[in-house]
Amino acid sequence: MALLSLKNLWVEYGEKVVLERISLDIAEGSFVSIIGPSGAGKSSLLRVVLGQEKPTRGTITLDGAPLPPECGPDRGVVFQRYSVFPHLTVLGNTLLGLEFSASPFTARLFGSARRAAISEAEAMLEQVGLADSRHLYPAQMSGGMQQRLAIAQALIKRPRILLLDEPFGALDPGIRKDMHALITRLWREHGLTIIMVTHDIKEAFSLGTRVLTLDKRRHDPHAPQRYGAAVIYDLELTRKVQQVHAEARADEQAEVGGITIDTVGNN
Amino acid sequence: MRWVTAQPGRGRAILLGALPLVMLAFAYIIAAAARHSDNAADKILPLPGAMAAAMAALIFEADPLSGQYLFWADTLASLTRLGLGLGIATASTLLVGLVVGSLPPVRATLGPLVTAIAVIPPIALLPILFIVFGLGETAKVALIVIGVAPFMIRDVAGHIAALPREQVIKALTLGANSWGVMLRVALPQAMPRLIEALRLSLGPAWVFLISAEAIAADVGLGYRIFLVRRYLAMDVILPYVAWIAILAVVMDFALSRGSRRLFGWAHGAAH
Repeated sequence: MALLSLKNLWVEYGEKVVLERISLDIAEGSFVSIIGPSGAGKSSLLRVVLGQEKPTRGTITLDGAPLPPECGPDRGVVFQRYSVFPHLTVLGNTLLGLEFSASPFTARLFGSARRAAISEAEAMLEQVGLADSRHLYPAQMSGGMQQRLAIAQALIKRPRILLLDEPFGALDPGIRKDMHALITRLWREHGLTIIMVTHDIKEAFSLGTRVLTLDKRRHDPHAPQRYGAAVIYDLELTRKVQQVHAEARADEQAEVGGITIDTVGNN
Repeated sequence: MRWVTAQPGRGRAILLGALPLVMLAFAYIIAAAARHSDNAADKILPLPGAMAAAMAALIFEADPLSGQYLFWADTLASLTRLGLGLGIATASTLLVGLVVGSLPPVRATLGPLVTAIAVIPPIALLPILFIVFGLGETAKVALIVIGVAPFMIRDVAGHIAALPREQVIKALTLGANSWGVMLRVALPQAMPRLIEALRLSLGPAWVFLISAEAIAADVGLGYRIFLVRRYLAMDVILPYVAWIAILAVVMDFALSRGSRRLFGWAHGAAH
């Protein structure tokens, strides 16, 4: 059974249709990349799955149960920016998730519970390579380190789904490569289910096990808001298929060539 | 070297900053000496010696009528009023600003009220305060609170409301409820801003304090200045004004240092 199921999902803002007829089944353990031109509703789709926005029509189910239209600890998120809290150290940022759930009133932990949480947080920081930076504040770290922290912060809640909204878009190419290796390793080790929105086609194909392309099927020049975006390509990439793709890159290029992809504002 | 990029060093900056103050004092002494050469009994620009003598009487000698050391009694009374007023304003800002800033329904409910109160000139409310609270301490403290709290509330609430939406969403995905977001995300990030708002409110707070004391009081720095004005006692007024300036600067400096020490993350300081 699919972990996450979207059935006939529509997102409309008044007259403007952003997404139409989105039906998807996302399997547990998959890494889904979402690409598409700017304004094609990639981020809207992510916000709906996150629970930040309510779809105008359609249903979303997680493990067969309808998903409440609220953000909750079953779905972790890493945004392009502002994902970490500037007033907390690296350790404080990572502990926060454990503190919220353990004590709803003070949102803090004390004594042995705190010590246990700290060792759990430190183990998580070890995994993302921030063990030596645990007393730094985000303002003292590079963008790449902040995104590592944001990932550690989200993963400590062991979310059913991890949502990434252009998480590496603001990083420079060398750092981005390291981050790709990191997220791939974490995805394998933790058996994560990841949905990632990106502008970078190469990133979408190299990381994902499945690539979704959102774009408008129809366009009315007199009423551009009339039709929303839908999934126009849904490519399953098993690792083997991916290798074949790498060899026959020409095919892939041809496939992608038909879609208008906006690379402006990519980096 | 261009003027816009010329950064004076620390020692030189202190020297440059002291220069106008020294020049001002020097100019005053020259003007006072000139007036005294014309008229030895001049009261408008007293010489430093006369000021010292007048202040010594207020600082070191008990007033024969009340038995109080007037300078210290005035300072204590004024600082108590100011402290109470600013303390109440800060506490209510923290409470109201936090709730208004982080909860949109409360913002929709209370935002217009706070704005309406903030645009009323507080001095216009002083008669009402005197009628309601009498001429005692309450009215003076209330004037300071009403004078600065709405501004501080608007500032802090606006700052909290402008925190990136991503932070709230992230906190919710980490298992927070609304209370948790207020306590661990909004409150700590509002604190440096609260101190900043308090620093900016020091000036208006002094204005309201002196005004209230000038109108109805029997002790206080503002009361004394307005009392001795009747005798053209510039030898008391000028040192009192300088003393108020020193108190205000010390408060501002202490708040600024405190904020840097407690909330270093907000000041981009290395830890």
